[in-house]
Amino acid sequence: MIPRPKPEKFRLRRTMMFMNAQKPGLIKDAYVYGADSIMLDLEDAVAENQKDAARFSLYHALKTVDYGDTEVIVRINGLDTPHWREDVRVAVAGGADGIRIAKTESADDVKTVDAAVTEAEREFGAEEGRTLLMAAIESPKGVLNAYEICTASPRLFGIALSGGDYRKCMQVKPVPGGIEMLAARGQMLIAARAAGVQCFDTVFTDLDDEAGFRAEMQQNKDMGFDGKSLINPRQIRIVHEMLAPTQQEIAAADAIVAAYRENAAKGIGVFTINGKMIDIAFVPGAERVIALAKASGIYEGEL
Amino acid sequence: MLNAVGREIPEELIAQGWKPYAGAHVRDGQYIRKQGPRTRICEKPQESKIAASIREAIVACGLKDGMTVSFHHHFRDGDFIVNMVMKEIVALGLKDITIAASSLGAAHDPVARYIEDGIVTGLQTSGIRGRMGEVVSHGRLKTPAILRSHGGRVRAIEEGEVHIDVAFIGSPTSDEYGNCRAVGGKSDCGVLSYAVVDSEYADKVVVITDTLVPYPNFPASIHGINVDYVVKVDEIGNPKKIASAAARMTQNPRDLMMAESVAKVMASTPWFKDGFSFQTGAGGPSLAVNRFIEPLMNELGIKMSFAIGGIAGPICELQRKGLVGCVVDTQDFDTGAIEDIRTNPRHYEISASEYANPANKGAFVNKLDFVILAALEVDVNFNVNVITGSDGVLRGAPGGHPDTAAGAKCTIIVTPLTRGRMATVCENVVTVTTPGECVDVVVTDYGVAVNPRRQDIVDCLDRAGIKHVSIKELQEKAYSLVGRPDPLQWNDKVVAILEARDGTVLDVVREIRPYKM
Amino acid sequence: MELKTTGIAGTLESSDVMVTLEPASSGISLNLESTVINQYGRQIKETVLATLARLGVKNAAVTVNDHGALDCTITARVECAYYRGCQCDADGPYPWGGEIA
Repeated sequence: MIPRPKPEKFRLRRTMMFMNAQKPGLIKDAYVYGADSIMLDLEDAVAENQKDAARFSLYHALKTVDYGDTEVIVRINGLDTPHWREDVRVAVAGGADGIRIAKTESADDVKTVDAAVTEAEREFGAEEGRTLLMAAIESPKGVLNAYEICTASPRLFGIALSGGDYRKCMQVKPVPGGIEMLAARGQMLIAARAAGVQCFDTVFTDLDDEAGFRAEMQQNKDMGFDGKSLINPRQIRIVHEMLAPTQQEIAAADAIVAAYRENAAKGIGVFTINGKMIDIAFVPGAERVIALAKASGIYEGEL
Repeated sequence: MLNAVGREIPEELIAQGWKPYAGAHVRDGQYIRKQGPRTRICEKPQESKIAASIREAIVACGLKDGMTVSFHHHFRDGDFIVNMVMKEIVALGLKDITIAASSLGAAHDPVARYIEDGIVTGLQTSGIRGRMGEVVSHGRLKTPAILRSHGGRVRAIEEGEVHIDVAFIGSPTSDEYGNCRAVGGKSDCGVLSYAVVDSEYADKVVVITDTLVPYPNFPASIHGINVDYVVKVDEIGNPKKIASAAARMTQNPRDLMMAESVAKVMASTPWFKDGFSFQTGAGGPSLAVNRFIEPLMNELGIKMSFAIGGIAGPICELQRKGLVGCVVDTQDFDTGAIEDIRTNPRHYEISASEYANPANKGAFVNKLDFVILAALEVDVNFNVNVITGSDGVLRGAPGGHPDTAAGAKCTIIVTPLTRGRMATVCENVVTVTTPGECVDVVVTDYGVAVNPRRQDIVDCLDRAGIKHVSIKELQEKAYSLVGRPDPLQWNDKVVAILEARDGTVLDVVREIRPYKM
Repeated sequence: MELKTTGIAGTLESSDVMVTLEPASSGISLNLESTVINQYGRQIKETVLATLARLGVKNAAVTVNDHGALDCTITARVECAYYRGCQCDADGPYPWGGEIA
């Protein structure tokens, strides 16, 4: 049995890759591709009459596969199905890092799952509060309720936009530039930042359109998304490349953190670097850049 | 008796005169006397050597029971020649025939039947696949099959270890005198490298073509002065299977990841400099390496002096971009390569001898800097197996693997750590086809391992900050993923001999024992 | 629980295993086919029998058609076939951590 480390609420989640929990061939090598998170899917990828089989595969995969540093999230079935409760039990029993709630529309949805997770943690002797949650928002109502969803549970680390279903509800088609998604993306990002949690953009399904994927990823980056949901390992490298900070950004971040620590040791909280005023507010952003640089394998500094 | 790679060589083979493998360069400096053919003088003028049919040519050559015939494998899975000729040989009631081909494959399943019927009693080849592989693995061939590398085959023929009575050379074009070219016909294969030694050392040579052209068919790959008969048939092969559609770069992220790793390893070594030489195989990750060394070459402003081997479109692409001096060709895999050799003056055909013969005065492999190879299995001593599958059945070919590995300054094996439930990196390979002393680096999707014999390469990787682990760690990781495999079970009978480049015995394959629970 | 009917789980895809459990009356019989039978036949048999033992199955006719599945997949398929054969509710609840180790 592989003991999994305690899940970290705020970790790097640049890439969150969906994997069908029912496909044995994919399970053992999932983490080789280097995604920050993988999402083992019990929902859409699994046929209605194979939900039971998927749970058994999931449980044993969680117990025996070494995922290294990659986070493992389980996407459970919607709260409008008879499956979700057992999905929660198996995810917690297996020791998954977190659970992704599909079709979240309100704080109540989150609280319902939170309660089931707590009960499962007690039943299976897991540390209470260990299992994280994320909410997938797929409808206009969900988007409107984004802030209350974000603040509904201390387990919740972030919200993700699910474009396919959202577009259907909105009666729109995808267009280059993504204007049909703009309002949803904006609202969700604002809600997530206000609540202090992460925000993830939806999957890009056309695997042959690399230019389109890069364009969408660039917009995601410019708008401030923490990461993106992916459906194919090919997409991982592109996202990591595009989110990697430049050497200038890294150097600047290095300078800020180093200077802050040096000054703090002397009891100084505000100082200047190259004529710019720097205080503690700059430090988390700088540390994020350094963490990102390290994760991208390009950090050559000393911090 | 154990040989230098720790494999048991049966006493009966030693008694027959076989010597155990003793190391990679043991015969360096020795002398050989080449054993030429017994050939007929054609002093009297004759207009044409055309025979009316394959059968007529076989009879005119005086083929008898117990003789050895040979074929080349440039037509790959699209070959019709072997089956056409063997059908006539069988129809003539001949038996006890030895087939000494440069390789055999999926197109040659009918030969399995002739083996079972006892008509074909000897097999000498690089590759053995499909039904033939099963039949030999189950002990149906009367004598042990002898498996050789491309270079080893040339040496064996020159030294007289193999005597070819009649060579059958399929050719895309020929004139009435037997001058052959591998382009200009209906089913081009680009080059006829493997057939050159057959044309020079067989007692009788028969060319089979489907496209007769005017004399002289120059520049010739096979020379008419060595040819006895020319036969025209309707089709020498299936063009679609002779030349695959242009090889495309793999999209598989695992293969790309490994290919990038290989390129980084190459770039960390001192041989990655202007004028370096390079060979890749045809598989996904090997071919993808071309894509990753391109930016590294551009960054350093360096070019390859030559790219060699089985050639596919992508390396010709690289040459068109000005990054490769010349392309040196022993076999063409796809239409891209064949198209290129037709029109490109810096794309040269060489013979198998020039490519890899260990017994001449210095083949191309001796000058090779990097070779990227695949493997079915690699063990903790870096020995490679490319011939026996996980069920012990013969289904592969050493090809140029042992030759290039022995010659190259940096031999890199690229392979996924596991294939399904098969551990690629294992404790002991089922069969040794390339000895570990010739293998320098193993690149997998779970990490890189360097042969401890190559401390120089270890230092290169360390200086470049490239992480590496021991081969034992990779093997343990593999077993932790798929479970420790039980050993295969064998009967005593030797069904195949893996001959090293120099003619010694590298390993043997025994008859498989069917599994019983 | 004894098997009430035939339970089947898994597919014939590469890296998967198809397991069929049929009710029987005199112990456990095993029919095993595998693409890696030489090297993993013994282990596959052990895994199947150990899983059945943990589930408390005393009588069953077991057919296993394997294409290189890892132990975790074999265990999962045997368990799924068993609970299906017992006609349990697909949504459980199941004894995770108990009979399902």
